[in-house]
Amino acid sequence: MSALTPELERKLGTAVERMPAFPRSVQKILELTRNINCLPKELVVVIEKDPVMTMKILKVINSAYYGLPSKITSVSQSVVYLGINTIKNLALGFAAVGIIPRMNQAGFDVQRYLLHSLVVAGVARQLATQSARGEVDPHDCYIAGLLHDFGKVVFAQFMAVEFRDALIHCAEHSVPLHEAEAEVIGVDHGLVGALLAKRWAFPEPLIDCIRDHHNPLAEASAMMDCLRVADQIVRYREIGDSGNPWREAEVHAAPERFGDDLEAIVTKLGSLDKLVEDAMMFAQVAKVQEES
Amino acid sequence: MKVRFWGVRGSIPSPGAHTARYGGNTTCIEVRSDDNSLIILDAGSGIFPLAQELLKQMPVHVNVFMTHTHWDHIQGLPFFTQLYIPGNSVRIHGGYDVVAGRGIEQIMDVQLQYSYFPVREAEMKAEIEYKTLAIGVPVAVGDATVTPLMLNHPVVNFGYRIDCNGKSVFFTGDHEPWPNIYAPDDEGYDEFQQMVDAQQAQLDDALAGLDVLIADSSYTTAEYASKIGWGHGTLEGNIAWGRRLGVKQLICTHHEPTRSDDELERVFAAALANAAMTSVGPHEPQFLLAREGMELVL
Repeated sequence: MSALTPELERKLGTAVERMPAFPRSVQKILELTRNINCLPKELVVVIEKDPVMTMKILKVINSAYYGLPSKITSVSQSVVYLGINTIKNLALGFAAVGIIPRMNQAGFDVQRYLLHSLVVAGVARQLATQSARGEVDPHDCYIAGLLHDFGKVVFAQFMAVEFRDALIHCAEHSVPLHEAEAEVIGVDHGLVGALLAKRWAFPEPLIDCIRDHHNPLAEASAMMDCLRVADQIVRYREIGDSGNPWREAEVHAAPERFGDDLEAIVTKLGSLDKLVEDAMMFAQVAKVQEES
Repeated sequence: MKVRFWGVRGSIPSPGAHTARYGGNTTCIEVRSDDNSLIILDAGSGIFPLAQELLKQMPVHVNVFMTHTHWDHIQGLPFFTQLYIPGNSVRIHGGYDVVAGRGIEQIMDVQLQYSYFPVREAEMKAEIEYKTLAIGVPVAVGDATVTPLMLNHPVVNFGYRIDCNGKSVFFTGDHEPWPNIYAPDDEGYDEFQQMVDAQQAQLDDALAGLDVLIADSSYTTAEYASKIGWGHGTLEGNIAWGRRLGVKQLICTHHEPTRSDDELERVFAAALANAAMTSVGPHEPQFLLAREGMELVL
């Protein structure tokens, strides 16, 4: 299935290291770090909302340099290990790369993608808290949600023409985006995201979730269940844009754990207004655009 | 194993009458293993008098372990005379700097820029080698092993545990026990505290059976309140830590540059008096202030 040669994989890996982060986080990091006494927790809040910054932090902390006894999945944990000043200076370095442009040749709106990722992350965490207590750390589900579609933003940045064709193919043939990617590019965003995550020695369950969130044959886990259902809910509610619109014919992701009635799951979750509002503010996606 | 202190001051060399008893040089500790292998911990200004002493022995084969690369721990390195003498070998060990994206090989490259120092590294005639260390992976030096452990400071800082024939000493370099970045009533406080506790427990495990703890004790607890996040420990905190670990000796070092000898003794006595109020384990450690020239025999 993989059309990703080792050479291309290496190139993408290096390119992502120079990938700019999202506008709001870059702005907030620059603003916060101007004050020598900035509160560490405020930095964590910002980094945790940016898939690019989070990817880069996890890459550093899980690298062989530190040979940590267990893999790290959270920004807070990275703060404990590396110290807040190191995290602050790393974030400043990420901010210095610049700001990811909202639009690209692929025609993929990265800020609406960010909104999608943030809300999936929040919903996955909430689902884990409600329905998978003791099986999975809700925070790990948050990270899985934030990073599950990272491959798409990599495509949009570094394989824009191919990704544009995949998006068009997806719309014209009414097939899921990952199938269109496999058809057009030869590899889907899950696989690309997972290859990078593996290259950077991320924890296995996180790599599995990124790779297999569209693969119905993959081994189920509490994290995968929460991620897939969160992804469906957010697309079903049309919050943000993952490039992959909800289709009525979609098979429900984890019927054994969550049932097969999305409305009922949404009702049980309770109001998502606050979560969506915060995410919209961070992604800098205005309400009017969201409704249009 | 022998441990000798050549520099015990933090931040900046502080010579003068007010620091004459404990010394004004910045951090440098000489360790001799049982087979007389030479280990130097940090290259603050204290490494210069050590270099003078070592001139009596030629050639010198030395392993220098850098806890971190802040000025007060590296400023003596260009004055480590042994670097200039052919036939000597100097192996410099340290951590990977994630912010700079470079290993310990950058240490002299950065500080010997020509505008700042007249000699280039290429002109140093000793055999110089760099080893970037991995956390927890021991390095053999003669009949001793040196194990780097990750501690907490504004830059990556390794503490070093040295084991030799059943005796052990640990030097923290600069270290602030991991603070919680949340306030007790914040949502993330408990979760973060669990991570902090796990980190501390992991360090304590790695220090099991330790004989001598040499710890950054820059501040008093009262002073610390306004210095959270600066990356330094307290006298009171280390007294408690030494007791918890059950060490035989705690040596408090990295004295504040503005602290006179009299003042240092006063705050140390106050911290000990304070500690005496709390219960102790079966073996109370011996508590000492690090002093230039002090030698421990393990």
